Amino acid sequence: MKIFGYRVPMMASLLVWCIVWEIVGRLDLMLMLPPFSDVLAAAFELVQTPSWQGATVTTLRAFVTGMVLAIAVGIPLGILMGRSKIADDLLGMWVNIFSSAPLSAIVPVLMILFGFGEKTIVAAVFLFAIWIIVLDTRAGVRHISPSLIEMARSYGASRRVLYAKIILWAALPEILAGIRLGLIRGVKGVVIGQLLVAIVGYGALFETFSRNFRMAEFWALTIILFAFALVIAELIERAEAKVEYYAGARQ
Amino acid sequence: MTTGIRTESEAAGLAPLARRGEATGWQDKPVLLRLLSIALFAGAWEIAGRIPVSFAFPTFSDTMIAFFGLIADGSMPSAYLSTLQPLVLGVVLSTFLGVGLGTLCGLWRTGEWLLIPVFIVLQAAPVAAFIPMVTFIYGIGMTAKTLAVMILALPVIVLNTYKAVRNVNESLLVMCRSFLGTRWQTVAKIILPDASPVIFAGLRLGVAAGFVGVVLAELLITPTGIGDLITFHRSRADYAEMYATIGSIIALSTLTLVFLQWIEVRVFRPEKRGT
Amino acid sequence: MRDAVLRNGLKPIPAAVDSIVEVRGISKTYGDVEALRGIDLDFPRGKLTSLLGPSGCGKTTLLKIIAGLISADAGTITVDGKQVSAPGPERAFVFQDFALMPWATVMRNVAFGLELRGIGKAEREDKARHYIAEVGLAGFENKYPHELSGGMRQRVGLARALSVDADVLLLDEPFSAVDEQNRRKFQEDLIRLRTTQNKTFIFVTHSIEEAVYISDRIVLLSPRPGRVSRIIEPEVDRSGDPERIHRDKHYLDTVDEIWQGLKQYVD
Repeated sequence: MKIFGYRVPMMASLLVWCIVWEIVGRLDLMLMLPPFSDVLAAAFELVQTPSWQGATVTTLRAFVTGMVLAIAVGIPLGILMGRSKIADDLLGMWVNIFSSAPLSAIVPVLMILFGFGEKTIVAAVFLFAIWIIVLDTRAGVRHISPSLIEMARSYGASRRVLYAKIILWAALPEILAGIRLGLIRGVKGVVIGQLLVAIVGYGALFETFSRNFRMAEFWALTIILFAFALVIAELIERAEAKVEYYAGARQ
Repeated sequence: MTTGIRTESEAAGLAPLARRGEATGWQDKPVLLRLLSIALFAGAWEIAGRIPVSFAFPTFSDTMIAFFGLIADGSMPSAYLSTLQPLVLGVVLSTFLGVGLGTLCGLWRTGEWLLIPVFIVLQAAPVAAFIPMVTFIYGIGMTAKTLAVMILALPVIVLNTYKAVRNVNESLLVMCRSFLGTRWQTVAKIILPDASPVIFAGLRLGVAAGFVGVVLAELLITPTGIGDLITFHRSRADYAEMYATIGSIIALSTLTLVFLQWIEVRVFRPEKRGT
Repeated sequence: MRDAVLRNGLKPIPAAVDSIVEVRGISKTYGDVEALRGIDLDFPRGKLTSLLGPSGCGKTTLLKIIAGLISADAGTITVDGKQVSAPGPERAFVFQDFALMPWATVMRNVAFGLELRGIGKAEREDKARHYIAEVGLAGFENKYPHELSGGMRQRVGLARALSVDADVLLLDEPFSAVDEQNRRKFQEDLIRLRTTQNKTFIFVTHSIEEAVYISDRIVLLSPRPGRVSRIIEPEVDRSGDPERIHRDKHYLDTVDEIWQGLKQYVD
């Protein structure tokens, strides 16, 4: 609620920080920090280079593949855990552990299992994103009012119809929240995966830029990445706002 | 669902005992079921390792043997000694800085306007990209590792503290005013106690993020500690040792988080005690 | 005041002899909604006065303005001859939602008003213990609010208000979140407390029965905009068994009369 009141000023304060950045950059205080305008210029040039475009395609492809897999596996798993007590008892503990575990430690395993390539990145995205999707889906299914399910049963809904027309929709707000958080985690997964593999996509670019002290480009890439993460979060939040429409009326 | 800023902490932390409350309920399950769950996991791992699904996939038993071997020869304890120092230091510094900044932003509008957007960006963005940069500035030592921990842990701590302070129970504030509480008394006796459970939940998330940060720093930049142990055994194709190390850090982080949650319930939530 | 002439043979109210709280010309508007318009009221010392009316009549707003928790757009509040615009030590508030600190024991909650005034631990706990017993919660000093029922929680809120030695107690629908059985018991206790504590009570309620049951004086407010429509002094004998009041003829007549008057405001 409050955030909408702050939307505009919030952006304004980021502008203030950009100006501070520009001033600090111009003062040449730190080698690491070129002026913000240089970074913007570098970003502009960067997006025109084939190496950036290639890296972006690779990164996006890995990200999308990983996310699709995480969603496709995560939602059914979450629904299963929400509906079946045995599945919940057996899997709940592990899902909880992995949802907050330092998954960056597992990336080296992925590297030897899947090779130093895109498959590892896909696996990293999948591994980072899936757990929160499972948890939120499960919570959503758990929160469905039993009378809603009894209603469907009393009107003769079959099992398939019950899942397709009641459970999935009733849990949709939580599922979407899970997907949004999963996307944010997935972005972190793709970046951490690429940084560790270091020869794929943005990871390779980061490696090159930082090794050659091309700081403006390094920052430009970082900003592009941040912007990408924020845009994704924003888009899914829009979708959520639509669903909230009836989620609010649900109570 | 419309209140506040939507960040990761919302689902994973802000309502840890409400919205995700059931998710954490496994801790209350009978020990037997948990043991069965562990046994099944170990069994599946053992079978997968025996098939084997990959040349780089050791069995559970080999991994356990390797784990005890690593403890016996002292390499794992010494690795943890070097990993835990920056982790603890980074988490402690993030706690003081994060709770301080978060409280400030919660109470002071200008601070909120200036700082909260920055932390929202840092929270949603893959800040891990900064870690190579940190090495550049501070070299490959304790400082760089501590900073890596702080970069990941600070935003979640700041945002949780800020939200806890902002969403303090309105009726208690009115109550305090009606009984003539001063501004300072309101902060010390109402706002901070009321916010403390959520602040502590934020610390828990901060610790989880700190584990990610320290492991990442060690894998990426400073070949020491646990990260080095993982890299070293991978390069020698001692996969059992490598898996044992990874498993140990995940287990350690899980136990730490469970312990913190236990403290949270004990200390900060009298209404949840004994339930 | 012009509507304050009563029918049905009830005595018209005498001019307030000694009023402790004086409300003069209070108006309050929220956006387009005129919550209160030109309220003039006197609250006699040592009496229990109820503010009664349908939802939207601004009774809680008026109470909070008297408490100094909300500022009025126009008009003045005088307590004991002094004009006030902020909370003060001579008034204490009892909240509809109890407003208890969940992290603090009954003892600390009750002593909280004294704690804020910087009174030493031993002294404030002695005093709190006295009032905890007074409201019937002896033995619950070290319990937490979540361990108490709704009725008991509100007793804690009442003990907290009593313990700061205020002359005027402001109660904002204190029983609305308390279940029916506990409410009855609590109302009986309040009648008893009123005679022993020698304080002035201003009580907001939307229950006609409750108002007639416990009040010396009832101020009826009409909604949109909130104005004083009538003032009634129910002639109910509260000296004997409180159970008996519910069957008292005057009690039943007054309840019915007020209901006839309020009916028009019910949608």
